[in-house]
Amino acid sequence: MTTTARTPAPTGGTPTTRRGLNDHHGPWRRLQPFVAILAVVLVIAPPLWIAVVTAGKTQAEALNPDLTLPSRWQLWENVAAVWEQGRLPSAFLGSLLIMVPAVLAVLTLGSLASWVLARRSGRAVAVLYALAISGIVLPPAVVTIVLLLRQLGLAGTAIGMIGVYTGMYLSTVIFFVTGFVRTIPHELEEAARVDGASPVRVFGTIILPLLVPTIATATILICLYIWNDVFYAFFVVGGRLDTLPLNLFQVASAGLYLNNWHLIFTYVVLMSLPLLVVFIVAQRKIISGITSGAVK
Amino acid sequence: MSASVQERPVIPPSATARPTRRPGAGGSRRARGNHPLWFLVPAFAVLAVFFFLPTLFNFIYALTDWSSFKSEIAFVGTQNFADLISSGTLLASLRITIVYAVLVAVFQNVFGLLLALLLERDTRVNRFARVMFFVPVVMSALAVGYIFQAFLKPDGALNGVLSAVFGTTISIPWLGSTTWTLVVVAVIHAWKWMGLSMLIYLAGLKTISEDVLEAARLDGSSAWRTFRDIRFPLLAPAVTFNVATALLGSMNGFDIVQATTGGGPARTTELLNIFIFRTFGQGLFAQATTMSLVLFLVVMVLAFPVIRTLRKREDVL
Repeated sequence: MTTTARTPAPTGGTPTTRRGLNDHHGPWRRLQPFVAILAVVLVIAPPLWIAVVTAGKTQAEALNPDLTLPSRWQLWENVAAVWEQGRLPSAFLGSLLIMVPAVLAVLTLGSLASWVLARRSGRAVAVLYALAISGIVLPPAVVTIVLLLRQLGLAGTAIGMIGVYTGMYLSTVIFFVTGFVRTIPHELEEAARVDGASPVRVFGTIILPLLVPTIATATILICLYIWNDVFYAFFVVGGRLDTLPLNLFQVASAGLYLNNWHLIFTYVVLMSLPLLVVFIVAQRKIISGITSGAVK
Repeated sequence: MSASVQERPVIPPSATARPTRRPGAGGSRRARGNHPLWFLVPAFAVLAVFFFLPTLFNFIYALTDWSSFKSEIAFVGTQNFADLISSGTLLASLRITIVYAVLVAVFQNVFGLLLALLLERDTRVNRFARVMFFVPVVMSALAVGYIFQAFLKPDGALNGVLSAVFGTTISIPWLGSTTWTLVVVAVIHAWKWMGLSMLIYLAGLKTISEDVLEAARLDGSSAWRTFRDIRFPLLAPAVTFNVATALLGSMNGFDIVQATTGGGPARTTELLNIFIFRTFGQGLFAQATTMSLVLFLVVMVLAFPVIRTLRKREDVL
């Protein structure tokens, strides 16, 4: 392999520290870290803080959520209450059961199709490509999906939900991956083909490994969208399957009525934790993945 | 797909002894076998069943009286459209959705760009701040909505802080104004997603060559002029991506508005998707379908010109 088509220069940090425009403004340079911290403290911290402290309060103390610390932390009691009421374990499993197959399906089907769409030419392929990526812009027909799923006997099932998400996000994957495959030189495939490799083999051994960086970015974003989606889940599996956002909606609808802010926020904290942990552990990779993949 | 790429002669140094294969000419039959069409079948099967077919159904069922109250479905022509127009719901929801989308696109991009400029240098503090600003992106929009519902209550935390700062009792009903709540909700939407815009602007800023900036510096250009005349125009691809995704994302908005206002007060924040959700819950399936079709058509009519205009701006450069 002589030429490897990779995403453009990694964006982590250039060897020579990049000199911003503001370099010759000495005072700003010294002030900037404080402004950055102040922005975090004023803009990001208060809403997150309120969720955490309220999650530790009693119902009486949480009636009017504010920024004060709880007089006595009773986070565990609240967790236990929400664990039962919000059916947290089954919601977590439900979310996983839907997200993992949907993401795998989107990536596999999407990259298979992208390779052929990128390599073949002609009017028919151009039309197919346009159709395939139309879903990036066009919103899914959420009401009639329900009707169709009923006719197929998939209404309220995990398979139906997985299919709907796969259909929704295939466009995004096909768009990103097709664009990237076009930058991979033909010679790489040709060499393997001369050795008698089948198309499946060429795809699996030559193309797929090169796609990993591009796919990684798409995977992160699609995982985020599916894990947090509540709108489409309402229509397709609402009331039939538990997912984290659906159960949050239930807990919150009951909680707002009963003024149980402490339970709502306990659920919010518990539900946000899995993705936050993944994000904080892999933040360097995720951030550089998104920044290198999005804008070419 | 340009033909030039395909017809580049393939002559690997080691392979010159073998008869050279040219994919363009005699090899076209082979080339087809190399990229078999059946690779497309699974993806297009899923797209057909779960995307194209429901969209087609949208056009049909919007013309019926499909509801949960009776088992037969009858054709009623454009009755649903007429009803929604005469009740004023269609235009009201449409206006609210478009205003919301534009506000979100503006706020999210202004906040994202300011953050990118603020956190541009690669220092420890800035890397930490970037991670913090990305936390809301990772969180569920529904959760963010509930947090802000509590935060913005008339006797809530924000008014409490403001009261303490200004020394008088302030109790602004942030989520209770028929005029301004839409703006407040758009700000919350932008708050949730500005971390993503920030990252994309940061990526855009990094692609600008150091030489160009050095030249501007040597010419004595001020920071503001360099930004206005050099850096901002060169950010065009990032602007396109960010504006397009913000517009599309907020046209399809639901979670944040549902969790903060539920469409109120007096339905002044009822986006199309909130209307669809509400009427579907009431069993008025045909009405929900009609609104879903309206959303589809509006996005189609608006999105393509917006993307084309933004792309054109890129081409000029």
